[in-house]
Amino acid sequence: MTLAAPSTTHAVQSQSKDNALTVDNVYKQFGANDAPVIAVDHMSFDVRQGEFVTVIGPSGCGKSTLFSIIGGLMGDYQGQVRVGNEPINGPHPAVGMVFQEESTFPWRNVIENVAFPLELNGIGKAERHERAQHFINMVGLAGFEKRLPSELSGGMRQRVSIARTLVSQPKILLMDEPFAALDEQTRLLLGDKITQIQQELNQTTLLITHNLTEAVQLSDRIVVMTYRPGRVKRIIDIDLPRPRTSDVVSSAAFGKYVAEIWGDLREEASRGMADSESHAVKDAARG
Amino acid sequence: MAKSLYIGPYGRWLPIAFGAMTVLGAFVLLEILLRVGVINRYIVPLPSEVLLSLPRIIVEEKVLARCRETAFEMLISSAAVIAIGVPIGVALYRYKALRNALEDWFAALAAAPIVLAFPLFLVMFGRSATTIIVMSVVSGVAPIILKTTEGLVATRPVLLNVGKSLKMTQSQMFWKILLPSALPLIFTGIRLGWTFVLISVVGTEFLINLGGLGQLINDLAERYDMPGTYAAIGFVILVSILFFISLERVEQWLGRRT
Ligand SMILES: Nc1ncnc2c1ncn2[C@@H]1O[C@H](COP(=O)(O)OP(=O)(O)O)[C@@H](O)[C@H]1O
Ligand SMILES: [Mg+2]
Repeated sequence: MTLAAPSTTHAVQSQSKDNALTVDNVYKQFGANDAPVIAVDHMSFDVRQGEFVTVIGPSGCGKSTLFSIIGGLMGDYQGQVRVGNEPINGPHPAVGMVFQEESTFPWRNVIENVAFPLELNGIGKAERHERAQHFINMVGLAGFEKRLPSELSGGMRQRVSIARTLVSQPKILLMDEPFAALDEQTRLLLGDKITQIQQELNQTTLLITHNLTEAVQLSDRIVVMTYRPGRVKRIIDIDLPRPRTSDVVSSAAFGKYVAEIWGDLREEASRGMADSESHAVKDAARG
Repeated sequence: MAKSLYIGPYGRWLPIAFGAMTVLGAFVLLEILLRVGVINRYIVPLPSEVLLSLPRIIVEEKVLARCRETAFEMLISSAAVIAIGVPIGVALYRYKALRNALEDWFAALAAAPIVLAFPLFLVMFGRSATTIIVMSVVSGVAPIILKTTEGLVATRPVLLNVGKSLKMTQSQMFWKILLPSALPLIFTGIRLGWTFVLISVVGTEFLINLGGLGQLINDLAERYDMPGTYAAIGFVILVSILFFISLERVEQWLGRRT
């Protein structure tokens, strides 16, 4: 088996001073050495200050693994993740995570959910509610402060999670398929919300997704991942004008980018599909 | 489809009214069967007599004082099952080996008819309120232990990851994520545990002929005061129903928060 050497262009980029986040030659495998699943195979890329970068890849290619590594939740990997110039070792306050699964606290109402990180830091109730309110307004949930998560839609709950992450004012917003459970319309509209917030805060963002439209709609750059092992296949600059709204999805340039990335992804996705189908067949055979 | 789900403006009250009518109907039927002579009146008292003897029992048999005695034993036992059960449940969650070793035993304890062991407790603690309380705690503690562990284990991993990403300490994790997340199930355990406690308190009072409402039933039965006995039983049932309706309300409220 030959391992692709990290391309020199990336190595040069990772020297750049205004990099908010650097993923440097990160490698992670699961399982025993005789039958390893290589989830992340020597991936290198970076996210510059204020930039919106998306990592796209088919299901099972290692996106969530990468997310956990960058978020400092997974140890025991090779390579390095740096915030600025500082190598991270465990969860870093500069990195705010939004998880793929529903992650609001069901026993707390909206404002208590959003104010949670401030509560941990011992900030008084009046101040933390005021600061939480700011981000509740930003994600468009004003008027729902006293509602419990069970009284909200899936899209609203995901916005609560985003506000709860933003309230700590992380340097880097790291999101793992935050809209995966939502329908396409809600997804496009929430995308607008994200773009708007990102512009307002000049928020450095790393989004992880399998959704092509979402990736092109939101990103400055897209990192395309391969399936098993999870490598960087290509990094594409998205030169669509900003400010951008979901209307961009109907433009010719948008279509061109989607087609281009699909060209890259198709092969990976079909390998992923074949893989899960063969698993299903094996499972069925096993009973 | 939507139409059949609509239960109408009286929907909420209809089941309650139906339930009440069923009980009433059963009483009327019983009354008729007794009066006609199908059922022997020396064995089963007339429901009307039972109802009429309720005020007599309450006044003459110092029911309020007995209620206080039973309530006292209930209160101590109920507090004790939580104070003992929840920490043990937490320990079983924390230490996997402990859980593997003990969980099945606690499940067995939850299913065991502890009342049958009353002579043993009598020997240890005498014919006293202590016996009643100890037996009731042993009867009621197991479901609380089991449900506490179950609730903590069921905490969604993503919520714990949120905690880790915020660099929460172990104790913050416990108080601010694990415990609130487990609370609805812990409360289910408490409701079950308290049910067992109530049964055990009244049952043991009856068995060892000591103290509150249970003893009253025993006394009246020994005097062969059939209407009085049934009135006292009815009274205990009524109090229990009120107790559990309020517990259920709390549980529903907690359920909205999961
Ligand atoms: N904790 C783990 N133990 C073993 N294998 C894992 C673990 N986490 C993920 N994997 C495997 O690694 C691969 C990548 O998973 P993941 O990062 O969740 O993919 P994605 O998020 O892109 O769908 C999958 O094949 C998955 O089965
Ligand atoms: Mg994933």
